[in-house]
Amino acid sequence: MSQTTSTQRSAPPAAATLDVELRQVFKIFGPDTAVKGVDLKIRQGEFFSILGPSGCGKTTTLRLIAGFETPTTGEVLLQGRNVSHMPAYRRPVNTVFQSYALFGHMSVWDNIAFGLRIKRVGKSEVRTQVAEALRLVQMESFARRVPGQLSGGQQQRVALARALVNRPAVMLLDEPLGALDLKLRKEMQVELSNLHRKLGITFIMVTHDQEEALSLSDRIAVMRDGEIEQVGTPSQIYDFPKTPFVADFIGETNLVRGKVDQAARDGLKVTTDTGLQVWVQPPKIEIPLTAGMAAVVSVRPEKIRLSTQASPAQPGQNCFAGRLQHVMYLGTHLQCRVVLNTGEHLTVLQPNRHQRLPELETPVYASWAATDCLALAAKSPASELTDAS
Amino acid sequence: MTAPPTAAKSAAARSAAPSRFRLPFTWQGVFSLGMYGFMYVPILVLAVYSFNASRYGARWEGFSLRWYQSLFNDRRIFAALQDSLTIALVAVGISSVLGTLMAIGLAKYRFRGKTLYRGVSYLPLIIPDIAIGVATLVFLATAGIALNLWTVIAAHMVFCLAYIAVVVSSRLKGLDPHLEEAALDLGANPQQALIKVLLPQLLPAIVSGGLLSFVLSMDDLLISSFTAGGGVNPLPIEIFSRVRTGVKPDVNALSVVLIMASGLIAAFSEYFRAYSDRTSR
Repeated sequence: MSQTTSTQRSAPPAAATLDVELRQVFKIFGPDTAVKGVDLKIRQGEFFSILGPSGCGKTTTLRLIAGFETPTTGEVLLQGRNVSHMPAYRRPVNTVFQSYALFGHMSVWDNIAFGLRIKRVGKSEVRTQVAEALRLVQMESFARRVPGQLSGGQQQRVALARALVNRPAVMLLDEPLGALDLKLRKEMQVELSNLHRKLGITFIMVTHDQEEALSLSDRIAVMRDGEIEQVGTPSQIYDFPKTPFVADFIGETNLVRGKVDQAARDGLKVTTDTGLQVWVQPPKIEIPLTAGMAAVVSVRPEKIRLSTQASPAQPGQNCFAGRLQHVMYLGTHLQCRVVLNTGEHLTVLQPNRHQRLPELETPVYASWAATDCLALAAKSPASELTDAS
Repeated sequence: MTAPPTAAKSAAARSAAPSRFRLPFTWQGVFSLGMYGFMYVPILVLAVYSFNASRYGARWEGFSLRWYQSLFNDRRIFAALQDSLTIALVAVGISSVLGTLMAIGLAKYRFRGKTLYRGVSYLPLIIPDIAIGVATLVFLATAGIALNLWTVIAAHMVFCLAYIAVVVSSRLKGLDPHLEEAALDLGANPQQALIKVLLPQLLPAIVSGGLLSFVLSMDDLLISSFTAGGGVNPLPIEIFSRVRTGVKPDVNALSVVLIMASGLIAAFSEYFRAYSDRTSR
């Protein structure tokens, strides 16, 4: 269950200068191709997330930008300069590692000063900048400790300070909050967002946590099997996913597989093998679908209403009979499982208003507006996800 | 739970009481005591008799330091000690550098035949010393190289290298694999990353591996006896040639000194291991 909390935040305009650009980048490790022709344009000052399940190539993409890997083919550009074969230590980027990778034999202060000292910054300058970085992450009182004496969240802050003290053009964050517990993660999300706003530099974050990506990012790239499925703002990704994979990976959704029966300008009808007929109406038809094409209908659990009476059949409204199978109490919401008479399973999210729910195993009707669901072209049925069950 | 409280309490106390102040006369206890006795009583006896005034070991004729005195006046012992120290220090010194580089290389790079290479590098740990000794001797003879100080050093390096590489690579395995990348990321070139980040993190392992192989080198009799020549006479060979004609009390005194020195080195090694555990997180 996730909400798009950052819809009000505006991404830098498309015309803004690019900080990072990937052009048809491939990375092949022996028999495996980790990155398959990725094109990315990341704008200056943007908080950009690369989101995907583990093993989708998102960390490799980040490492290509950092310079720990060189592309097999394709180009990596930093501020317009081709850096594909520039070693990591010459690139104006800094990385926060998932494991933090703090230097255990140095104090917090020396860890943060490391980059400046390597660049032979003057002593007094190092002092003021390290102090400033410590203040930014609220770790002033820990300067003399060694990393082994710090908690996970504190180590995370030191890792952030160690990277940002170098004033990189681009900050790279590899699952930066992955090792923290839930509460701390929420806190650090807010702090990351604040830091990004204060510093105004480009942040590129890799994560598998869709909620984290939605709440922090200006734009998100969803990756799958080494390819980019969709790039867009959080609301574009959540409300207008372009593929069934994106619809399913971002937030929860019900996917109903079928075939386009009728396609007209004002809507289309998708019929499943089991005979279910679903109406889908613009504006949410992104890909032009024509009659006879395989399609997947995606409807979010919170868009479905449950009732004990059938609503009168009318165009623009979907209403299906089924029975209530299971109810889970989530506090703010109730999560219901409904089996339609045609066999499809639906997940329905109802706000908790202390309403009386129908008895389990009794007939119910699930209904949603045709404008509340999406029809997506099913690329290759074999590789798509299983349906909503 | 309705049993009289006192009875329940005393029963619990009996079963849970630590038998800290009683000798454990179980068969395990007796066996353990026997084992430790077998291990340490001879050493204790040796230490006691090194202070015996009598020339012939068996009878106690009063406390004396004369054997220590004669030991410290024995030029041959000191010459032998000097040879041993030279061999050990040079062999360990070179092996520390090569062994560390070997461990880093094996951890960092992927190449064809890496598993084989790794296996071959660590093989000296399980090859019997006698085999190393004989093989080295035959090799040197075939190559027409006369035995001297450097042939012993080279032979000792064979096992020193393997021990140091093993200790360093086990430390490397426990390190965050991204440490070096973090240094590069912060602008350090590969040499700076090695010197400023990786080596300080590996230092405790290099030191403790070095101390371990130092002790082994000081202790080695077999390999040295096959590969030493040209008047080089390490301490173990000197001691062995002396006890062949019967144990004299000054050898007892020498043994006690050696045990003390080994103990000190072991303590150092432990200290560095503890230090390494503290900084590895």
